[in-house]
Amino acid sequence: MRMNIFRQELTMHVRSVVSWSLALAAMLFVFISLFSSFAEQAELLNEAMASFPEALLTAFGMNGLDLSTVLGYYSFAFLFVQLCLAIQAASYGFSLVSVEEREWTADFLIAKPVGRAQILTSKLLATLCGMAITQAVVWASTFGLIEAFKGDRAYEATTLLLLLLSLAIFQLFFLAVGLVVSLLVKRIRSVTSYAMALGFGMYVLSVFGDMLGESALENVTPFRHFDPSDIVQNGAYNTPLVLISVAVIVVSLAASYVLYTRRNIPAVM
Amino acid sequence: MRVIEAGQLTKYYGKARGIVDVSFHVDEGEIFGFIGPNGAGKSTTIRLFLSLIYPTSGSATIFGRDCVKHGPELRQEIGYLPSEVFYYERMKVIDLLRYSASFYRKDCTQRLHELAEWMELELNRRIEDLSYGNKKKVGIVQGLLHQPKLLFLDEPTAGLDPLMQRKFFQLIQEENQRGATVFFSSHILGEVQRMCNRVGIIKEGQIIEVADIRTLQQRNYKKVMLEAGGLDAAYFDIPGVTNLESHNGTLRFFYNGDVNALMHKIGTVTLSNVTIEEPTLEEIFMHYYE
Repeated sequence: MRMNIFRQELTMHVRSVVSWSLALAAMLFVFISLFSSFAEQAELLNEAMASFPEALLTAFGMNGLDLSTVLGYYSFAFLFVQLCLAIQAASYGFSLVSVEEREWTADFLIAKPVGRAQILTSKLLATLCGMAITQAVVWASTFGLIEAFKGDRAYEATTLLLLLLSLAIFQLFFLAVGLVVSLLVKRIRSVTSYAMALGFGMYVLSVFGDMLGESALENVTPFRHFDPSDIVQNGAYNTPLVLISVAVIVVSLAASYVLYTRRNIPAVM
Repeated sequence: MRVIEAGQLTKYYGKARGIVDVSFHVDEGEIFGFIGPNGAGKSTTIRLFLSLIYPTSGSATIFGRDCVKHGPELRQEIGYLPSEVFYYERMKVIDLLRYSASFYRKDCTQRLHELAEWMELELNRRIEDLSYGNKKKVGIVQGLLHQPKLLFLDEPTAGLDPLMQRKFFQLIQEENQRGATVFFSSHILGEVQRMCNRVGIIKEGQIIEVADIRTLQQRNYKKVMLEAGGLDAAYFDIPGVTNLESHNGTLRFFYNGDVNALMHKIGTVTLSNVTIEEPTLEEIFMHYYE
């Protein structure tokens, strides 16, 4: 790890981390502040939901969700948190090293007396730091807002912790996959479109898997590995699925180190 | 001591040729010119020495150590000025230079400011606001601030105005006198001729000649101009004469061969004027590229 690269990367991430954090806090505020009005008319709502086509409910991960409970309601909001964090992590992954090649600054960095692996480690740690800050904001907003708006309803704190803890592995998955893909292709033209594609793509996969009952599809997407309504209903992770995520992360990161240390940096033509 | 050595260095980009079997060496304290047209493989060679790319086969060593294995350590003593300069757009010049300096073990602060002053670089502007020439100056300062023992300059003068070019050459000469070895790639022969002791000529990925700049100029060719009324061009079309041109009673050609034979031939005609001179590197160079 090189402190100077770490610091440089962190400075370059500040703006993005702050915007993502603020956006997530604002979104959680909108969701959770509406909880009490939802909960008061829960019966009416659950009744109405029962009349919706099941496919629609599945699409929004609302199947078997009880919106009158704190965690039932929160796990609905949590899906959107996951979607945002997936896109954030994917875009960090896709741009981690590709940004230097796209803006031709790779020549500057790599001609310095520092090894490729050290560059990658420093960049990864800086990005992890940025993601940790975003997650910390999600944690703080979640606990703060739930306390403020739950009224007299109780909830299982350990289950909520499980949900929030899952975000760490969940984001790592998108970071690692984004990174390895960016090293497998010659050039990433638009980080945003790749990140959206990976984030939404995985989400859609999990929805389709649900609707079609296709379990093979479920295995690839972290939206399934860390399905919030499952975690809330079972009060536990689905360990085999979590291990798939972990395996993908380990393999992607290892492959990224190998690919990056051997990579030929393209020159300006 | 051999500072740079390439041994049958070869690089293919997939099937596309980069360089093939390039072998040469540069000794300590030399300013070595590396000449060739665009696409000949000049940048590829430099990028191999910096481990920006890796060789398909062959070896590249600096200070006697392998560039791939000891890259990071070797680069402590290498300065690099790329042909196209790009830096982090949102940074201020001073922050970029400090970041650059932070990679080296020695304290570069004083040298950084000396160089910036010499190159008339404004330190508080943002990179994105700089003109190309000013970015190039940033490139020069970041490449020299750690007083490297070896300098790779890849077409360094593009984008610099003539005044800055002169200052830059002065700087490089000072660095060289301090003991730095310089690898100078260019397709502008005038500047290579002015700066370098030896040159390597690269064409389509292969070295076609490595020679002392003086021998290259003197060895073979003479540039001859004759002026006389009613000169017959065909009369001088003897073995060794090339590029024969006749224009308004003026005859120009290059001659490669026994000078006595030429002088004898010239002695038989009545001339109003004559010059026999060394061709410029440019002229020799054109010959290589025919």
